[in-house]
Amino acid sequence: MFAYIVRRIAYAIPILIGINLLTFTLFFVVNSPDDMARMHLGMKRVTPDAIEKWKAEHGYDRPVLYNQAASGIDRVTDTIFFEKSVRLFAFDFGHADDGRDISHDIKQRMWPSLAIAIPVLLIGLLVNITFAMLMAFFRGTYLDVSGVVLCVMLMSISALFYIIGGQFLLGKLFRLVPISGYDGGIDAVRFLVLPVVIGAVSGIGSGSRWYRTFFLEESGKDFIRTARAKGLGESRVLFVHILRNALVPIVTGIVVVLPLLFMGSLLLESFFAVPGLGSYTIDAISMQDFAIVRAMVFLGSVLYIIGLILTDITYTIVDPRVRLS
Amino acid sequence: MIKPVILWTDALVFMLLFAVVLFALYARARPHLRSPWKRIFTSRMASVSAVFLLTYVVIGVLDSLHFRLPLENRTGAQEAHYAVEVLSVFDVLLGPVRTQVEKTYSAPFATHLFTRETIEHPDGSQSRDYPRLEYGGAHLQDPVTERNADIRQRVLAALLQTLVAMPAVLFLLGAMLARRYNRSTRQTILDILAARTAAPWRAILLSVGMVALLIFLAINLAGAYHVLGTDKVGQDVFYQTLKSIRTGLVIGTLTTLVMLPFAILLGIMAGYLRGWVDDVIQYTYTTLNSIPGVLLIAAAILMLQVYIANNPQSFETTLERADIRLLFLCIILGITSWTGLCRLLRGESLKLREVEYIQAAASFGVSHARIITRHILPNVMHIVLITVVLDFSGLVLAEAVLSYIGIGVDPTMNSWGNMINRARLEMAREPMVWWSLMSAFVFMFVLVLAANLFSDSVRDAFDPRLRNNR
Repeated sequence: MFAYIVRRIAYAIPILIGINLLTFTLFFVVNSPDDMARMHLGMKRVTPDAIEKWKAEHGYDRPVLYNQAASGIDRVTDTIFFEKSVRLFAFDFGHADDGRDISHDIKQRMWPSLAIAIPVLLIGLLVNITFAMLMAFFRGTYLDVSGVVLCVMLMSISALFYIIGGQFLLGKLFRLVPISGYDGGIDAVRFLVLPVVIGAVSGIGSGSRWYRTFFLEESGKDFIRTARAKGLGESRVLFVHILRNALVPIVTGIVVVLPLLFMGSLLLESFFAVPGLGSYTIDAISMQDFAIVRAMVFLGSVLYIIGLILTDITYTIVDPRVRLS
Repeated sequence: MIKPVILWTDALVFMLLFAVVLFALYARARPHLRSPWKRIFTSRMASVSAVFLLTYVVIGVLDSLHFRLPLENRTGAQEAHYAVEVLSVFDVLLGPVRTQVEKTYSAPFATHLFTRETIEHPDGSQSRDYPRLEYGGAHLQDPVTERNADIRQRVLAALLQTLVAMPAVLFLLGAMLARRYNRSTRQTILDILAARTAAPWRAILLSVGMVALLIFLAINLAGAYHVLGTDKVGQDVFYQTLKSIRTGLVIGTLTTLVMLPFAILLGIMAGYLRGWVDDVIQYTYTTLNSIPGVLLIAAAILMLQVYIANNPQSFETTLERADIRLLFLCIILGITSWTGLCRLLRGESLKLREVEYIQAAASFGVSHARIITRHILPNVMHIVLITVVLDFSGLVLAEAVLSYIGIGVDPTMNSWGNMINRARLEMAREPMVWWSLMSAFVFMFVLVLAANLFSDSVRDAFDPRLRNNR
C-alpha cells in the first residue's frame, strides 16, 4: 500500500511540472511583461520609464529564462521563470499587485469557502441519494419517469438563476435571511444559510439523475436477483444490497472533489459577497491581477491531483476487487 | 451594393452546417446509419425537442449571414464606403425592433417609461411624471384606455393567422405522406390527427403550431410594443434575447467542432498504437485536465485581452473584435473539454484493436492509417456523436456563467450571460426590473431543456450497451 501511494505521488510530479510550464507559457511567453505593464498602466502614451518602473515594482524586470548579466547559479535563479514559476512548487505565491501576501490571504479566505462548500456537499449528498433511491424504488412507474423529467428540467436551469431566484424568494420576498454579506464567528450562520441552500438545490437535478443510474445498474445485477429469490423484502434489498454497492461509485466520485472544496465556489461566493477563495479568484480576474490567478491555477491543479490520488486509494479500500497495480 | 462580411465564426458555422447536410445525405442511403435516427424520431419527446431546437438553429443561421450596408454616396467618389455597423439577415427580418431605442427601462408592453422625468408642458409649466415612450405603443391616442383592447386585437389576429396556417401545413404534410406511402390523403390526415402514424406527427404539428403562434405574435406585437421591455440604455430586450441565440448556439456547437479533431485523432492513436505514444497522450490530457477549467479559461482570456488591447489595429469593427473573442473562447473551452472524449475513445480503441477482424486486417498487412480510418473510426463514431450532443447544453449554460465572471464573450456582444450580468445590478431596484432576467431565463431554459431531452434520446438510440439492457 505504502509503495503504491509513493508511486502515485511520484507520477504526479511530472504532471505538476507540465502544469507549471503551461501556466508559465500562458502568462509570460504569449504576452511579454511589457504588454502586461502597458495594459495595467492604460494604453495611451505610456512612457518606457513608466513601464520599467511597473516591471521593477512587480518583479518582472528580469530576463525570462536565462540571466546573462548574473553569474553562477544566479544565471538561472534570477529570472522570471525561477522567481514566478518555480517558487510555486514551494507554495511561495509571492505578492499580489496591491502588495499583499497571497499565501496569507489564501490561508485566511480558505475558511469561509469551506464553511459554504462542506455543508453544500453534505446536504446535497443526502438529498440526492434520497431522491435517487426513491426513483430507483419506483423504477419504471409514472413516479420515476416524472422524477427524471423533473431532474432534466432542474438541470436545464442555469446556476445563475438558482442564485438570483433564491436571493429574490428567501431574501427579498420573505425576508428570512440577509441577501448577501458575511460576518465572523457564530453570526456567519445567518449569512451562510442562503448560499448553502442554493448550492445544494442547484445540484439536485444532475446529482439525483446521476445517482439513479448507479442504483439502477446495481439493481439489474445477479446478486440482487438472488436476494429477491431468497425472499428478502424490497426495502431490505434496496437499503442493504443496492445502497451499499451503489455507494462505491458515489464515494469515489466525492473523494475527487474533496480537496477542491478549499477553492470554494466562484458563483456563490461572489453573489453573496462571502470573502472566500472563490470571490478572491473572481476579484483577481476582474482586476487582472496575474499573480493571484497564477497562484490559484497552480493551487487548484495541486488539489485536483491530490483528489485523484485519494480516489485511487479509496477505490482500493472500498472495493477489494480493485487490486493495486 | 451591400458588402458581405464573413466572420470567423460564420465561416465555421456554415462549414458545420455543410458537414451536417453531407452526413445526412450519406446516411440516407445506409440503413445501419438511418435506423438509429429513425428510432429517435419515433419518440415524441425527442421530436418535439427537435422542432424547438430547429427553430433556434434557423434563427442562429439567419443571424450568421452578415453584411455591411453602403453609405450614401454624396461626394460622387468611385469607391463605395460602408457603414461601420455589421448587420445580419435576421436583423433585416426583425425590421424596426432593432432601431426602436427608448431612453431607459420600460416594462413589457409599457407605453410609459419606467422612471419619472421632468416633463415640460406646452404651456411652459413643468411636472415630474412618467413620459410616454417614443416607440412602444406610440400609435395609440390614449394608451390608458386603448392599450389592452389593442393588444387583445393583435393577439387575436395572431391566433387567427395560426389557425389559418396550421390546417394548410397539416394538409401539405398529409399529402406528402400519402404520396410516399401510396395511400389516400384523407386517410393519412385522419391517421395523423388520431396519432396512428409511426412518427409522432401529431405532436410535431402541435409544437410547430406553438412555434408558429409565437412567430405570429412577434410579428403582430413586436413592431408596436416592446414585448419584453427595454433595458437600461433603452434597447429592446426581445431583440437582445433573439440575438443571443446565435452566441449560445455558436458556443455550444463550435466548441465541440474545434476539439473534435484532437480528441478523435489522439484518442484513437493512444488506444491503437499504445506504447510511448499512449504515455505521451495520456500525460498531455491528464495535465490539461488537472487545471481547473474556469481558471484555465480565465488565464487564457486575460492573455487575449492583453493581446487585443495591444493590437487594436487588427480589427476593423467592434463586431470583428467580439467575434475573435468568441472564437477564442470556443477554442479554449474546447481545450478544457476534449479530455473526456479523448479518454473514452482511447478505451474503446484499446478494446477494438483486439477484435478479430482488426487483428485479421493487421495480419494481412493493412497499414495502421487504413485500419484506423476503415475499421476503428466508424466503430467509435457513436461515442463521438453522443458526447457532442451531451456536451451542447452544458456549454450553453457555461457561457452564461463565464460571461458573469467576466471571462466570457465580449461585453458588447449580445448573450444571455451579458443580459443576466447587466440585469443583476438592478435586482435591488424597487419595483424590480425583472424582464431582462426573465427573458434570458425563458429562452435559455427552452434551448437547454430541448437539447437535454434530445440528447437523451440520441444517447439511448446510439449506445448499443443501453439498447441491449432494455
